[in-house]
Formats: sequence, structure tokens, C-alpha cells
Amino acid sequence: MTALPPPTADQIWVWMKAWLVLHTPAPFQALVSIVCMVAAIIVVFASLFALTVLLERKGLGRIQNRYGPNRVGPFGILQPIADAVKSLTKEDIVPRSADHVVHYLAPLVLVGASFLAYAVLPIGRNMTAVNLDAGVLFFFAIGSATELAVFMAGWSSRNKYSLLGAMRAIAQMVSYEIPLILSSIAVVMIAGTLSTSAIVDEQAQYSHGIAHWYVFTPWGLAGFILFMIAATAETNRSPFDLPEGESEIIAGYFIEYSGFKFALFFLAEYIEMFAVSGLGITLFLGGWSSPVSFLAWIPSWIWFFGKLLAFIGCFIWVRGTLPRLRMDQLMNFAWKFMLPMTLFVILSAGVWRFLPSAVAGSTGLGAVVRWLVCALVVLLPYITLARTLESGRKIEKREYRFAD
Amino acid sequence: MFGEGILQGLYETARNFFGSYVDKDRLVTVQYPEERHQLPEATREFPFLLYDGPDPEAGLRCVACQICEKECPPRCIHIEKSKDKKPDFVGKQQFYPAVFDIDVSVCMSCQICVEVCPFDAIRMDNEYELSTSNRFGGLLYTKRELAKPNEYYRKIHPTEAAETDDRRAKEAEEAKAKAAAAAAAAAAKAAQVAAIPAVAANGATGNGAAPKPAEQPADKKPVNQ
Ligand code: SF4
Ligand code: SF4
Repeated sequence: MTALPPPTADQIWVWMKAWLVLHTPAPFQALVSIVCMVAAIIVVFASLFALTVLLERKGLGRIQNRYGPNRVGPFGILQPIADAVKSLTKEDIVPRSADHVVHYLAPLVLVGASFLAYAVLPIGRNMTAVNLDAGVLFFFAIGSATELAVFMAGWSSRNKYSLLGAMRAIAQMVSYEIPLILSSIAVVMIAGTLSTSAIVDEQAQYSHGIAHWYVFTPWGLAGFILFMIAATAETNRSPFDLPEGESEIIAGYFIEYSGFKFALFFLAEYIEMFAVSGLGITLFLGGWSSPVSFLAWIPSWIWFFGKLLAFIGCFIWVRGTLPRLRMDQLMNFAWKFMLPMTLFVILSAGVWRFLPSAVAGSTGLGAVVRWLVCALVVLLPYITLARTLESGRKIEKREYRFAD
Repeated sequence: MFGEGILQGLYETARNFFGSYVDKDRLVTVQYPEERHQLPEATREFPFLLYDGPDPEAGLRCVACQICEKECPPRCIHIEKSKDKKPDFVGKQQFYPAVFDIDVSVCMSCQICVEVCPFDAIRMDNEYELSTSNRFGGLLYTKRELAKPNEYYRKIHPTEAAETDDRRAKEAEEAKAKAAAAAAAAAAKAAQVAAIPAVAANGATGNGAAPKPAEQPADKKPVNQ
């Protein structure tokens, strides 16, 4: 890398890295380049984690008509620091009969795997750490590694609750991985590539000043919603946080973890959530691109993080709204609703792609017809599915024999 | 069926979220150290000892009868009776507690000590900030820390205090009346006694001794197994 890119606001980070690499001796250039990117990702997303925890506690408080934390620093903004100090100074307890090695490794594997997923996320123009040709595939492969870590934690703790929690987590993650991947297949089909950067480039084009984001297409919108539902379940966020249901299995697979190891689990959970939101942004919301062409002067990384923050806000909002599902509801929802719906999304994407080019002009009546046809392909199954799943189920007041 | 319920829920929570910034009444939280709830009058937390007048030693109502010590279910009261006596509010000579300790960490706020005290000497406080950095000495309250003036009692439990004060005033009145009556009777008796010798000076002296009280039959009863 000899030529420096222009130091515009958009490319400022890329420029800084290139400058740094340029000024190191040749044998270390590759190393410095890697360290720069890894350090940047870890620092940025770990601080985003701190910010999110604060926002979440504040937001949930407001949703429940409380203040939320407001003691540490002005308006409680130093709360994450207090939390960090607390978790660092707490005693780290390992159960006597636990499998020490695995118990120790589980949080590390979890955090490591969660951070690895960022390697392929384009967080700005020319800001993908590793531009893999099979980036989406890599993301999902790494995502499955977190399941291993979860089961390591649950198994090695030698606690029935942690084992139950781990089993729930595995069942849930495996079930929801399928709709997650299937809904992103639609995007891969249309974009014709597995590379995350190429997918974003595909969406960062404008006609009539509006970006070609996939979420603006009927299959993209449906796919996006399904993707986000599956992502919520995949990262064990409420309302799909059964693996850690306090009322049933106390804290699930990390029940035997304390102190900093617990904080690592907590961190990994949020890191995963950001990663999967980032993938959702990349696949459906045009990654770092702006929705309308006249706003394209705003730096690309600001767009990405703005979208990410909006996602986080939605996650918090949903968490403050929905109660936790039951295990059978969770499984029913995955296999009876999510899976068929994602298949129809793929069908709709196919129709969108292969509708006769005479009809599928980018403007005029043809575009409207294509839009409507694709919307119908998703909407009709949705209505049918919702009706059939609902039929035969009566919701009535339950009579309790002893509790009244 | 189509997820409208979820949308409704999302609308509700969003309304709460923004409403809590606009409408202060929504936030029910009391910001504790700065704001406090008005305590209900019947609040009870922990007993304290009442005293009348300005001096906690002289005015302490407790007579060290140790009823409360015996009744306290968790046995957290410790009393040591004094050797000497001091006058109580009606002027009667009474013992007083040389030591009166209550262990706050053991007290369960049952108010039984208050119910059993025949001398209106112990009442429930509403002080609830009892935390201390010394977990042994700091939680053992001695007589000095426990003694609080009657005015304080009137302030925290006005209704109860008024009732107690009325009753005690009446008692004091009665005691005074009784004392006056006794004094009058004594005076009359003294006059009578002064008169009697003149009359009975020549009577027999053998029947002057009072008859011995009969032995209590209950004491002689054989103990049943
Ligand atoms: S507080 Fe009341 S019951 Fe207890 S020793 Fe004193 S006078 Fe007796
Ligand atoms: S309130 Fe109950 S527990 Fe406390 S000192 Fe009185 S009798 Fe004992």
C-alpha cells in the first residue's frame, strides 16, 4: 500500500491506517495493518457495548416509567464505568466439581467468536477488515461457533440449570439459524455474491435519488423483518431470552459464572447482537450507504453506526414491550411460521429477479406490477399461515384451582 | 393474529417512554436520599425509651420492671436494675434501669415490648436509617441512644401520644388526689390515734397483736407430674 487515499471525512480512518502502515518498516507493515484493524474493532464495539448497556437501562427505565440509573456522574452516564469496576473486583468463583479448563475457556471462546464475526462487516466505505469472497458464509460459520461456547459453559459448570439453559440455547439457536440464513439467501440470490462489500456496493446505487436498498423491495422488507426476528432469537434477546429465563432456570448457562467471566458473557451477548444487526444492515439496509443520494456527503461510517444505534434502540424497545415466550411457542414459531415464510421470501426474490424484463422495467407501470406481484407472493402465505396457526386455538381466561 | 397485538404493545411502551419525559407525574420513583415519602403515622421501626422533662436520666419513665425483657420474642432487650431508687412522675420511689440495651439487628419490630409495658416507658420509633459501619457496637443501642423526649413522641405519633398523655395526666391527678386523700386520712387517723389512747389507755393490752396471716394452701399442694 504505497498510495495514500485522500484524507476526506469519509475515508479518514482508512487514511489514518494507511499513513501508519506507510511509516512502519516494511517487515512489520502487515502486522501493523492487522493490529490496527483488530484494535479499532475491539475498542469501538466494546465502547458501544458500554453505551448500549447504559442506553438500555435508561430506556427500559423510561418505558417502565422509572428514571433508570442516574447516580453515577451527571444523569448516570458514568454507570458503565461503575459496572466495569464492580465486575472486575468481584470474586471469581469456579464450582469445585466443574470442568475447570472448559469452564475457563467457554467465555473466551464466546467473546472471540463474537468478535471474529466483525472481520467481514463493512462498517464504512473501504472499511471491511477482511474482504472475503464468502463473507456471509464466514459470518454464519463463526456465528455457529458461539453455540459451541454456550454448550461448553453449560456443560462444564455441572449444574442442572446451566445444562438446561445450554440445551435451550442450542435448540433455539439451531432452530433460528435456519430462517436467519434462508432470509439472507434471498439477498445473496439477488446480489449474486457472498461478499459483504459487494452486496453493499450493489445497494449503494441510486435511481431517482433513492438507493437500491433491498428493504425497499417487498421480498426485502419481508426478509428483513424475518431476519431481525431470527437475529433476536439467535442472540438470546428478549422476548426470546429463554436460555436465561430468571424465573425458570435462574440465569441459564452462565449461572456458575461470576465476576469478570460473567461480564464476558454479557459482553459477548451484546457483541453478537451488534454483529448480527450489522449483518442485517449490510444485507438489507445498504450497509454504509445513505438512503437518498443528496445525503451521501455524510461519511459512510456515520451512516453505519447511525443505523446500528437505531437497531439497538429497536432491540431495547422490543425488550421493554414483549414478555418472554414459552419453549413450545418458540419452537412452533420457528418451524411453523418463520421457516415457511422465509421460503416464500426466497420464492418472491426469484419472481423479482426473473419476471420478464418487459414487465420489470425500473420505472413506470412495469415496476409497480412487479412490486405488487412480489408483495402478493409474500403477503398471501402470511395471511394464510397466520389464520391457520390461529385456528383451533382458543384464548380464554384460565381457571386456577388453587391459586384463587 | 397478524401481529397487531405486538404493534399495540410497542405503541404503549413508546407512549410510556416519551410520556415519562414530558409528564413528571408518570415517574413514580421517589429519589430517596433527596426526596422522601411522608411516613404514615402508624409507622413503626424500632423501640425507644421515653423520658419527661429536660433530663433523660431523671425523667426516664422506665422502672426496670423487666417485663419487656421477658416478653420480647427474640430476646433482644437487656436490662440491669439499679440499686437505688428515684421518684417517678407521680412521685413514687421506683427503680430505674442502670443498663438498658436493645440489639437493633435482632429486634423484629413486633411492638410487643410496647404492648406489655405498664409504665408507658417504651414506644416505637419511625427512624429507619439505622445503618452503621460497625456491625457489633453500632447496632447495640444503649440507654443513652434509646432515650428520647416525650415531645419527640408527640411529633411522630400524635394520636397515640395524646392518648397516653391524657391517661398519664389523669393518673397523676388521681395519684395526687389519692395522696391528698391519704394525707387527709393520715391526718384524721393521727388525730384519731391521738384521741384513742386517752380512751383505751386502761384497756387490755393482750389483743394488740394482729393475727398471723394464714398459710397459703397453694404452696402446700403436691406437684402433679
Ligand atoms: S420499658 Fe417498660 S416494661 Fe420494659 S422495663 Fe421499662 S418499664 Fe418495664
Ligand atoms: S419490638 Fe419486639 S423484638 Fe423489638 S424489642 Fe420490642 S419486643 Fe423485642
